[in-house]
Amino acid sequence: MTAPGSPDGTTASSGQDTLEAQFAQWRHYVRRRPELQRSDTEELEDHLRGSVDELVAAGLRPDEAFLVAVKRLGGLDELSREFAREHSERLWKQLVLTGGTDDPETDTRSRRDLIAMIICAVGAAVSIKIPELFGLGFQQDGAFYAPNFSLFALPWLAAYLAWRRRAGTALIGVMVALFALGAVAANVYPLAEDSQSLVLTTIHLPIAMWFVVGLAYVADDPRSSRRRMDFIRFTGECFVYFVLIALGGGVLTAFTVGTFQAIGIDPEGFISQWLLPCGVVAAVVVAGWLVEAKQSVVENIAPVLTRLFTPLFTAALLAFLVALVWTTAGINVEREALILFDLLLVVVLGLLLYSISARDPLAPPGLFDRLQLALVVSALIIDVLVLWAITERITEYGTTPNKAAALGENVILLANLAWSAWLMLGFVRRRTPFAALERWQTGYLPVYAGWAWIVVLLFPPLFSYL
Amino acid sequence: MKVTKDLVAASATPMVLGILADGESYGYAILRRINELSDGELDWTEGLLYPLLHRLERLGHVESSWQSVPGERRRKYYRITSSGLAELAEQQRQWDTVVSALKAIWVDPGDVRRSAATPLGGLA
Repeated sequence: MTAPGSPDGTTASSGQDTLEAQFAQWRHYVRRRPELQRSDTEELEDHLRGSVDELVAAGLRPDEAFLVAVKRLGGLDELSREFAREHSERLWKQLVLTGGTDDPETDTRSRRDLIAMIICAVGAAVSIKIPELFGLGFQQDGAFYAPNFSLFALPWLAAYLAWRRRAGTALIGVMVALFALGAVAANVYPLAEDSQSLVLTTIHLPIAMWFVVGLAYVADDPRSSRRRMDFIRFTGECFVYFVLIALGGGVLTAFTVGTFQAIGIDPEGFISQWLLPCGVVAAVVVAGWLVEAKQSVVENIAPVLTRLFTPLFTAALLAFLVALVWTTAGINVEREALILFDLLLVVVLGLLLYSISARDPLAPPGLFDRLQLALVVSALIIDVLVLWAITERITEYGTTPNKAAALGENVILLANLAWSAWLMLGFVRRRTPFAALERWQTGYLPVYAGWAWIVVLLFPPLFSYL
Repeated sequence: MKVTKDLVAASATPMVLGILADGESYGYAILRRINELSDGELDWTEGLLYPLLHRLERLGHVESSWQSVPGERRRKYYRITSSGLAELAEQQRQWDTVVSALKAIWVDPGDVRRSAATPLGGLA
């Protein structure tokens, strides 16, 4: 379309070009509004063009006409507000999993993602039933399934992520080798069904394998601190989604049992043999996919939980310290105490990690940072007291795989938190930048992976398969 | 003289439905038509028109479709439905009542005052 009223063709076409550029800019600007969908933008653009045409016909130059027309359209804020009043649902960010978005390109991509996810989830569900073909029943052979469980789920999640990130062949090779090594570690050692090492492998192999998933997650740039932080966020969200799916699965199971029992059929075998194992491994893949799909659509939930619980945990730990001093009773180091305090450190570290992950690195230190420092320091003091007590016990009675693993973890977490506390102190006093804390945490990730591998690979022979 | 916002908002639905009752149309043309009909006295904004059209569509009073008329851009056209026509008729009844009542007041205020006083006078 040429602009009527222009003196000659060349200026008209160049005026038209500028006009189109202005329209493109306007479109880009308007599309960022969540209240305005693609079709609304197109409708408004048509309106704007109608207005511009009329003004040009009245003798204005195209760019002038555009400015006047945009001005007539009124402030975008007000316009969005009016749209929001009619379409209030658009302000609730809806997770559109497939189709239904206004962008056809996003649609095809999310559909391809969905298909890849379904393939991986089905693959996981099928793979966990394969050992049954070789006579390994899910209920009788717990000694096989317990340490191997993560090997039926996490390689599929890693495969999905690697596919999505278009990981290079070298990285895929490394991942396959690590999963194979994990399978070897889980199966070659002659561990008795009631051995401590079997339990330790069952706990630590998933951790080691999860970091292989992490390798797939950071496929594009494994050394980048930012990408590693993304993996930490992914881990937290994945966990939250997995728990939510598990809750839904629990409801499904309860209804299945109830309804079938009402007609005299006992579905327990189906649930324990099929629904539960297949559901759990598939849910891991689905959770990973959900986190990837929702990434920018839904607010991260882990940092929200962190905000809620940091003050509460700080209060609980301080109260514990006060009570400890007040009663002058020493910590009674039972067998489980070390594990309890390990878990406490894990929780404190989690609270720290997820608030770091959600924090704007450039924001100045605030009250919340001080609170967090108090949390970390009180956890450290408690842990040092516990360690003091436990080392005495170990030197007295000798060590077992359980004690060694728990002690090792305690030391690793203690080292991390101690240095974190130091960096946080520097940050609160405005001596060190926040990025130092972030880099310390992301740089520390391989330590956890390394320790998990040590426990899985070296502990059984080290403690003569106890 | 400009018509107040409240009045514009109240009369918006029957006006849009009335314009669409003459045949399908699109946003810009509807706004132009309202401008013509009111000699520019009705201050309609896009923020009023488009959300209103979308609400009428949600309520089923109008239908929309993207069409390209030869020689023109692809546009979203709105068409009135049978429920929209029914709504228009209902709105017309209500507006007729309001308008005739107002007219009766304004044409001859004295008459109205006297007629309001009659029942009392009858009793007395």
